[in-house]
Amino acid sequence: MKANIKAKKSKTDPYAGERLKQSHFHPRQAELNLREAWSSWNGYKFADYYYDEEYEYFCIRNSCATYDICPMQKYSLSGADAEAILNRMVTRDITKLKQDRVTYVCWCTDEGRLVDDGTIFKLGPDSFLLTCGSPSLAWLRKSAFGFDDVQIVDLSDDIAALSFQGPTTCEVLKKMGLEGIETLKPFNIMHFDIAGSSDQPLMVSRTGFTGDLGYELWIVPELALTLWDALYEAGDDYGIQPYGEAATNMARLEAGFIMPGMEFNEALKTIHYKYDQTPFELNLDWLVDFKKPHFNGRSALLKERDQGSEYRLVKLDIEGNKPAEESYLYAEEGCETEIGYVTSAMWSPVVKANIALAMIKSKYLKGDIWAEIYYGKELRHHNKVVRCQMQETPFWSPDRARATPPLAF
Amino acid sequence: MRVNLPQYDNIIIGAGHNGLVCAAYLAKKGQSVLVLEASDTLGGLAATREFYPGYKIAVAHSLSHFSPQIVSDLNLTDHGFKSGAPMPTIGLDLQGKHVVVTRDTVRGVTDKDASSYTDYLQLLERFANMLSPFWLKTMPRIGSKKLKDLTTFAQLGLKLRLLGKEDMGEFMRVATLPARDLMDENFDNDLLKAVLSWDGLIGSKMAPRSPNATVLAMLYRMSGEHNGASSIPQGGIESLINALHQVIATAGGQVQRHSPVAKINVQGDSNGLQATGVELADGTVLTAGRVISSADPKRTFLQLVGVENLEIEFSNRINRLRSDGYVAKLHLALDGLPHFNGIDIPDGRMIIAPKMDSIEFAFDNAKYGESPEQPVMEMMLPSLRDASLAPEGKHLLSAHIMYVPHSLKGGWTAQAKASLQELVIDTIAQYAPELRQQIIHAELLTPEDIERSHHVTGGHWHHTELSMDQMLMMRPTYEAAQYSTPIPGLFLCGAGSHPGGGLMGGPGHNAARHILGAK
Ligand SMILES: Cc1cc2nc3c(=O)[nH]c(=O)nc-3n(C[C@H](O)[C@H](O)[C@H](O)COP(=O)(O)OP(=O)(O)OC[C@H]3O[C@@H](n4cnc5c(N)ncnc54)[C@H](O)[C@@H]3O)c2cc1C
Repeated sequence: MKANIKAKKSKTDPYAGERLKQSHFHPRQAELNLREAWSSWNGYKFADYYYDEEYEYFCIRNSCATYDICPMQKYSLSGADAEAILNRMVTRDITKLKQDRVTYVCWCTDEGRLVDDGTIFKLGPDSFLLTCGSPSLAWLRKSAFGFDDVQIVDLSDDIAALSFQGPTTCEVLKKMGLEGIETLKPFNIMHFDIAGSSDQPLMVSRTGFTGDLGYELWIVPELALTLWDALYEAGDDYGIQPYGEAATNMARLEAGFIMPGMEFNEALKTIHYKYDQTPFELNLDWLVDFKKPHFNGRSALLKERDQGSEYRLVKLDIEGNKPAEESYLYAEEGCETEIGYVTSAMWSPVVKANIALAMIKSKYLKGDIWAEIYYGKELRHHNKVVRCQMQETPFWSPDRARATPPLAF
Repeated sequence: MRVNLPQYDNIIIGAGHNGLVCAAYLAKKGQSVLVLEASDTLGGLAATREFYPGYKIAVAHSLSHFSPQIVSDLNLTDHGFKSGAPMPTIGLDLQGKHVVVTRDTVRGVTDKDASSYTDYLQLLERFANMLSPFWLKTMPRIGSKKLKDLTTFAQLGLKLRLLGKEDMGEFMRVATLPARDLMDENFDNDLLKAVLSWDGLIGSKMAPRSPNATVLAMLYRMSGEHNGASSIPQGGIESLINALHQVIATAGGQVQRHSPVAKINVQGDSNGLQATGVELADGTVLTAGRVISSADPKRTFLQLVGVENLEIEFSNRINRLRSDGYVAKLHLALDGLPHFNGIDIPDGRMIIAPKMDSIEFAFDNAKYGESPEQPVMEMMLPSLRDASLAPEGKHLLSAHIMYVPHSLKGGWTAQAKASLQELVIDTIAQYAPELRQQIIHAELLTPEDIERSHHVTGGHWHHTELSMDQMLMMRPTYEAAQYSTPIPGLFLCGAGSHPGGGLMGGPGHNAARHILGAK
C-alpha cells in the first residue's frame, strides 16, 4: 500500500498548471520543430521558428506555409443582443456585416485608447465569433453588462485553427478536395465536410496576417490532426512548411499590419499615462465610423479627430540596408529635435527595401525624417544617421492577394 | 435629424423635492418646464400620503437642513411655507435618565460632558460654516483647467486656510474619522455619544466604527436652519411640496402626476447622441431640449437610458454604485397620545440607541443580510406639530429604523416583515408601556417596499450611498458629477448628485444653476 502511494506521488507533476499547454497541432508541429525554438503565446507552447525564419518567410511569399493560431483568443457571442454589444464595443459598424463575412475591428476604452484589435466573424443572424491576440473575456463581460440576451463562450481552447498563407494556398486547398474554394472572396467564409465531418465542418475564411493570398482554417480539436495530415499531403508538392512568430512578424510588417507589444500597448495593460495609443495614432482611421451614433470611446475620438492626434504611425523607407530597429527619429541630420521612434523594422527581401513602421509626432509629419541607427559589427557598436522617406501605400500588397479566383499553380 | 421643435425646453423626471426645486428655478427664468411624476402624489420620498383613513405621513418625516437660500430665492414663504421650530433630540433611557439635546445645550449628563458639548459644538459649527457654501455649488471637474472649476477649488482651499492653522489641521484629522472615535474623544456618557453620532449615520451603510464620511454627513446636515435639528414646517412637509409646486405653476411650469417615464429617448446620427425627450409607460412620446432626471442614477442610466447608449466603463461604474438602503419606516396610527416614561409631552425626536455598540451591533446584523436583533431608531409624533396629520385627538408615530437591509437573507416575506414590525413595536413599548393598546393600525415599510412604492433603487435615503468615493466631485461618479452626463441634453438633479440626499434641495438648485449657466 505504502509503496503504491509513494509511486503515485512521484508521478504527479509538481509544476502541473505552470507548464505550457500544447496546441491541437502540437504532435505534428513538434516533429517539424527541428530547432526546438519554442517560446509561448497565451500559455501555449509556440514556435518562434521551426527550421529557419528566413526560409519560412520565403515559403509564405513564394509558396505556402502554415501558422498555428490555436493560441489566439476566440469568443462566441450569441443571442439577440450579441450584435448590439459588439457594435457598441468596436469602432466599426457591425450592423453592416453580412452573414459568412469577416471584418477587421478594433475597440477602445471610454477614453478612446486602443484595447485590442481582432476580427469578427458573422456566423448567423445572432451569432458571432470574435478573435483577438490577448485574453479579452473580462472586457467582453463588461461590455455585455446591461444587455439581457447574450451568451459569451470562451472557445479559445476548443477550436483548432491554422492560418495557411502564400500564393499557392488556394491550389493546395483545391487539391485537398475543398471544392469551390477558388470562389471564396477575401473576408468571406465557406464550410466544407472533411473526413465525413458534416456535423462539424471545416470552416475556411479568406483571411490572414501576411498581406498575401491566404486562408484560415477552423475545426473541432478532434479533427485537428486529420486536417493537418490532409493539408500536408496536398501541400507536399508545394513545399508546405510551418512558420513561427519570426516569419509572421516579417510578413505582417511588409503588409503594414500592427502588432501588440510593437506598434501598440494594450490600453487596459498600460500603466503610464498616454503610453497607450488611439486608432488615429495607429492610422486606423478607416476603422472608426463616426456615422455610427455611439460606440465606446466615440466622444474622445471625435475630439481627437477635430483637435489632431499626438502621434501618427507611418511607413518609412530608410536609406541603406541596416534595419532601424529601436531607432529614434529626428527632424535633422544633426539629431537635435527628436520627433518619434521606430516600432518595427527590417530589411524586406520581397520589396528589396529597408522598411519600418514608426510613431512620429504629428506636428513633424511634414518635415524631414532622420533615423539614428545602431548596429553591431563583430562586437563593435556603430551608429549612423540616415534619411527616411514616408510612404503612403503598403510596402507589400500584391494583386494576387485579392484576385478571385486566385492564380492557379 | 430632428425635424420638429421640441415641445418643452425641459422635461424633468420625478416630482421629488429636488425635481420640483430644479423646475422652479428653471420656470422662474422663463423656461418651459414639464415635470413628470410616476406616483399619484408629489414630493417623492417627501410625499405625504394617507396610510390609514385620517392618518397621513411622508416617508421623510421632518426637515433638518432644507436650504434657507432656496426658501428665499423662490419666495417659498409667499407660497405657504413656514418653517417650524426645532425639536429637541431625546435619547431614551430605560430608567428614564433621558439625554436631551437642544441647539446649544445638553441635559441629563454630567457637567463635564455638558461643557465638552459646548466646545464640541463650536468646533463643528466652524467646520459646518466653512463647508456650507459648497453644498450649493457645482463641484469642480477633476482635471479641469476651467476658471470656474479652479475658483471653486481655490475657494475651498481659502476657506480651509481661514479656519486658522489649528482648526484646519483638526478638520483634516476629523473629516473621515469614525463617529465612535470623535465621540469617545469628547464625551463619557454612552447614551449621549450614541445620540450625537446618529445624525452622521442615518441613511448610510455605516456605523460608529466605520471610517468614512459620517462626520461630513453631520456637517452637511448642520448647514440647515436649526443647525441640523429636526423640525416640521407649519402645515407639515406637504406645505413645502405645495409651495414648490405653486412656484412652478405661477411661473407657467407644468407638473403631471401618474406619468411614469419608461424611457429617455436618445437619438443618434452622425452628430452623435442627443437626449430628445421621453417615452411614458403608456407610449406617449414627449420631446424636450433637455431631459433632467431626479430619478436615482442607476435607474436613470441603466433603466431609462440603457447601456447601449453609454460607455462601457461608465455603465459598469454606475452599476457599482452602492445604493442598498438600510432604513425602514414604521407608521403607527394611534388612538391617543402615547406616554413615554419620564417625558411630559413626547414633542421631540426620540432616539432609541442606548449606546454606540447598540448601533454597531444592529449594523453587524444588517451587514450580513439579517434583520437587526435589537433595532435602533429615531421616532417622533409629527401630529403634535401638524394636527392635520391625524384625526382630532388622535396621533401618529413615525419611526426610522436603522440597519434594516434592503436585501434580507431569505427575502422580505410577510413573516419576516411581521416579526420585524412586532420587534420594533416591542422595543418602543419598553419606553411607552401602553403603546400597544393605542395602536389602531401599523405599517412597516422595508427599503424594498420603499424602492417599489417610491421608485428609488435600493430604497436608499440618499439614492446612492453618501460616502467618500461617491461624494463631492465623485457624486454619483465622474463623468456625471456636474449634473451633466455623457449624453448631451441629459442632466441629473436628484439626491444621487452633489451634495446628496435629505430634504435639502441642493441637487435641484445646483442642477438648475448649472443648466442656466451652460446656456
Ligand atoms: C426611509 C427614509 C426616511 C427619510 N427621512 C428623511 C427625513 O426625515 N428628513 C430628510 O431630510 N430626509 C429624509 N430622507 C431622505 C430624503 O427623503 C431623500 O434624500 C430626498 O427625499 C430625495 O429627494 P429627491 O427629490 O432627490 O428624490 P425623491 O424624493 O426620491 O424623488 C424622486 C421622484 O422621482 C420619481 N420617479 C422615479 N423614477 C421615475 C420615472 N421613471 N418616471 C417618473 N417619475 C419617476 C419618483 O416617483 C419620485 O417621486 C429619508 C429617506 C428615506 C429612504
